[in-house]
Amino acid sequence: MSGTHGTETTAGPVLGDTPPEATSATGEAGDNAAGIAAVGRVARALMPETGVIADPTQLRTYECDGLAHYRVTPALVVLPETTEQLAAVVKACSEHGVPFVARGSGTGLSGGALPRADGVLLVTSRMRTIREIRRADQRAIVEPGVINLDVTRAATPEGYYYAPDPSSQQICSIGGNLAENSGGAHCLKYGFTSNHVLGTELITPQGDVVSLGGLAPDSPGYDLLGTVVGSEGTLGIATTATVRLVRLPEEVRTLLVGFHTTDDAGAATSAIISAGVLPAAIEMMDALAIEAAEAAVHCNYPAGAGAVLVIELDGASAEVEHEYQLVERFCQENGSFELRLATDATERALIWRGRKSAFAAVGRISPDYIVQDGVIPRTALPEVLRAIAELSSSSGVRVANVFHAGDGNLHPLVLFDGEKEGATEAAEKVSGAILDLCITHGGAITGEHGVGVDKAAYMPKMFTDDDLDTMQLVRCAFDPGNISNPGKIFPTPRLCGEVPGKRKKAHPLVEAGLADAF
Amino acid sequence: MTTIDLDTARTRLSDACAEVTDATPADAVDGVPAALVARPGSTEETAAVLRAAAAAGLTVVPRGRGTKLSWGRPPESADVVLDLSRMNRVLDHAAGDLIVDTQAGALLSDVQQTAGSAGQRLALDEPVAGGTVGGMLATNASGPGRVAVGTARDLLIGVTVVRADGVVAKAGGRVVKNVAGYDLGKLVIGSFGTLVVVTQAVFRLHPVPAARRFVTVPFGTPEDASRLVQSVVHAQVVPAAVEVEWRVDGAGTVGVLLEGTPAGVEARTTTTRRLLGAGADAAEAAPPGWGVLPWTDEPGSTGLKLTCALSGLAPVLTAARRAAEDAGVALTVRGSGGAGVLYASLGADASVEAVADVVARTRAVCTEHGGALVVVDGPPAVKSAVDVWGPVPAIDLMRRVKEQFDPERRLAPGRFVGGI
Repeated sequence: MSGTHGTETTAGPVLGDTPPEATSATGEAGDNAAGIAAVGRVARALMPETGVIADPTQLRTYECDGLAHYRVTPALVVLPETTEQLAAVVKACSEHGVPFVARGSGTGLSGGALPRADGVLLVTSRMRTIREIRRADQRAIVEPGVINLDVTRAATPEGYYYAPDPSSQQICSIGGNLAENSGGAHCLKYGFTSNHVLGTELITPQGDVVSLGGLAPDSPGYDLLGTVVGSEGTLGIATTATVRLVRLPEEVRTLLVGFHTTDDAGAATSAIISAGVLPAAIEMMDALAIEAAEAAVHCNYPAGAGAVLVIELDGASAEVEHEYQLVERFCQENGSFELRLATDATERALIWRGRKSAFAAVGRISPDYIVQDGVIPRTALPEVLRAIAELSSSSGVRVANVFHAGDGNLHPLVLFDGEKEGATEAAEKVSGAILDLCITHGGAITGEHGVGVDKAAYMPKMFTDDDLDTMQLVRCAFDPGNISNPGKIFPTPRLCGEVPGKRKKAHPLVEAGLADAF
Repeated sequence: MTTIDLDTARTRLSDACAEVTDATPADAVDGVPAALVARPGSTEETAAVLRAAAAAGLTVVPRGRGTKLSWGRPPESADVVLDLSRMNRVLDHAAGDLIVDTQAGALLSDVQQTAGSAGQRLALDEPVAGGTVGGMLATNASGPGRVAVGTARDLLIGVTVVRADGVVAKAGGRVVKNVAGYDLGKLVIGSFGTLVVVTQAVFRLHPVPAARRFVTVPFGTPEDASRLVQSVVHAQVVPAAVEVEWRVDGAGTVGVLLEGTPAGVEARTTTTRRLLGAGADAAEAAPPGWGVLPWTDEPGSTGLKLTCALSGLAPVLTAARRAAEDAGVALTVRGSGGAGVLYASLGADASVEAVADVVARTRAVCTEHGGALVVVDGPPAVKSAVDVWGPVPAIDLMRRVKEQFDPERRLAPGRFVGGI
């Protein structure tokens, strides 16, 4: 999996320097130069020279996250080392009305960490301390820049691990995971980031540090933590996270199963779930995705397969044995022609390598591609896959399917060659049509990648104006000045009324005797 | 009711909702008399009631079956009880997708019955019998099973709400994996009806396990209880529940629930018995009192919720017992040692001062161990004299959320933390 992400981030479609309609979400360069300069002064007074970047060439290295076709050069980049530094810079942003965007490792796939041209990018990569592994409490306390997999590495000697495992887990950060409510292959059984973050120290958009949740569950009061996780950096910045550690299972069995068609593989998946078996993961790849993975990492998947399932069972040995019998039977009953059980860690890693490298691998068979992240009810899988196939054949745009079959989270990879006339537009049309399919089947436009800038325009297809307005009430409570990652998630910002902390002074019109405040 | 008289209020509400009646003494909310009861039959009618209440300046307290209406602080006022018991339908059980879509006024037991017909369950215990889905969400009620599957926040995947201004909104959806937009479901869980009125909810379901076994062992001291709990949670037996019961006479039991396949449960039972040592017993039936809140059987007692990091179990148990003994108060503890969420009851004959003393001393130790203490339920004299919710770190932010959703403090004013 090493190096996966580098390929993935650069293989996205190139739509030119400025993506359409992105400016309102990203600001204009040169706006609020005085504010930026003031924030820069605060930052330079607090941290070493290398922690504040204003040089245009260096700034450009931060112009995108994992969704590389949106690019905006930030006005200033700050790399704080402590909560105090980070809070002070946020406070300065708040005082000067400067928008800020937080970024961890920059691996997100929805443009959630796309900088603002008129704002500050706050990068947490120097906040990488795992503060505590508390085995007795089954918790770890980590800083936001800590790499996802490093939490597991630190906990494994104690017999524990951190369950959420996005494919980018070797390089993505916990802070980014928290912002995006990241999932991963194993969230079918173990849930998402929101199920595993128990507490955070949040820097509010005003620069105050507040504690949400903690070592114990059920903190009294509103579950602000549950709202902050997955809010894509729009409600503040997490500066520590208290996360749940999960006991390593007694046994893990990883299977690779070959099928002739995706219909068969889908039917096997349904049979397994319907029988009450809850595998740790059920992943599906279709023929085109298999072809790409083979070309890239030689994972030696069954030859001639129209689809493969990667199934992982974990838990107490006696349970795993029973589940394995059932899974084997359901696969055979639904037309599997080959079933391989990994016998050791190397074989297990090889099976997973094919799956986890799939996005990047597609770069081997297509110069450009769009990754989608739609979700459908799992029972709609065969119908939606057939509809995607029809879309693909009628448009001539190839679509490779890689997805979390257990929970209906699709990652169709829409392939195209951006050099060819009209190919980009055709691919985007197919990509959009796939999201429409998800919505009409009662699903969601994103299962784990987030809305970011990429899918903000699709939010009104899934939610009414009232739904979005109600969500933004939360935004207004946390960030009335609309400076914390503005332009993400919501297609239209809500006006929040009065800004707390700025009430002391009367409105100029009132002062001038031209209006009354009611 | 400050701005209009009862007749006018009744007329305006009746225009919005077919079923509006005068409240009786039985409709009082935790001792606060109500004037009117509105029973809307749909989300739209609920919205109309809230719009009418807003126009008339009436306070509104949402109610399911009223089984937990005395939890939290009494509201400052309850002009209208918004009774959701007519919205009691389980709307859709998509067994193949393991989800259930239900009206908020549906009984939790009805949801379980529906899901059970396909060998599935909503993996939430019901510590107070006879309640609704909405009431469970409002109070964030949970029980022993939270160790394995979590609580409402881990199972709620979609929610429809009506705001105090009558606007209907939804968040989430009908799929288990979804990160589109803010997760308002989590925000309303445990909000005690102070933020919005939940009218519909979608939950993730789990298969009903084929076998279950309870392994119990007596313990003598809090240190023993902690050692036993730790031995189970750090083993690989995947417990569904790890309960601690510490009775009024100081006798204690640690109980472990194992769920799964018959063969798997058998093997894990053997391992668990070995872990718990001599005296461990296994049974197919739940031990008496399993999952029952300790104050249920003693009217007039005070019910507490104590939370702490898992390592804080022994210190919290010790502090609670010592404080109770010093104050001459009978103490029973029962709860999830495996999750760090315990419930305690203080005897009905305890004086207000004695309860206040036990609450203050135990709260300090819970806080020291990363948790909190909340007075869940109790006699009016106790609840008015003690700090029911205790200190809440992010209270300013919570007030701002309330201010955005319900600026006129129409919904259950005063029931929640910090007077929200």
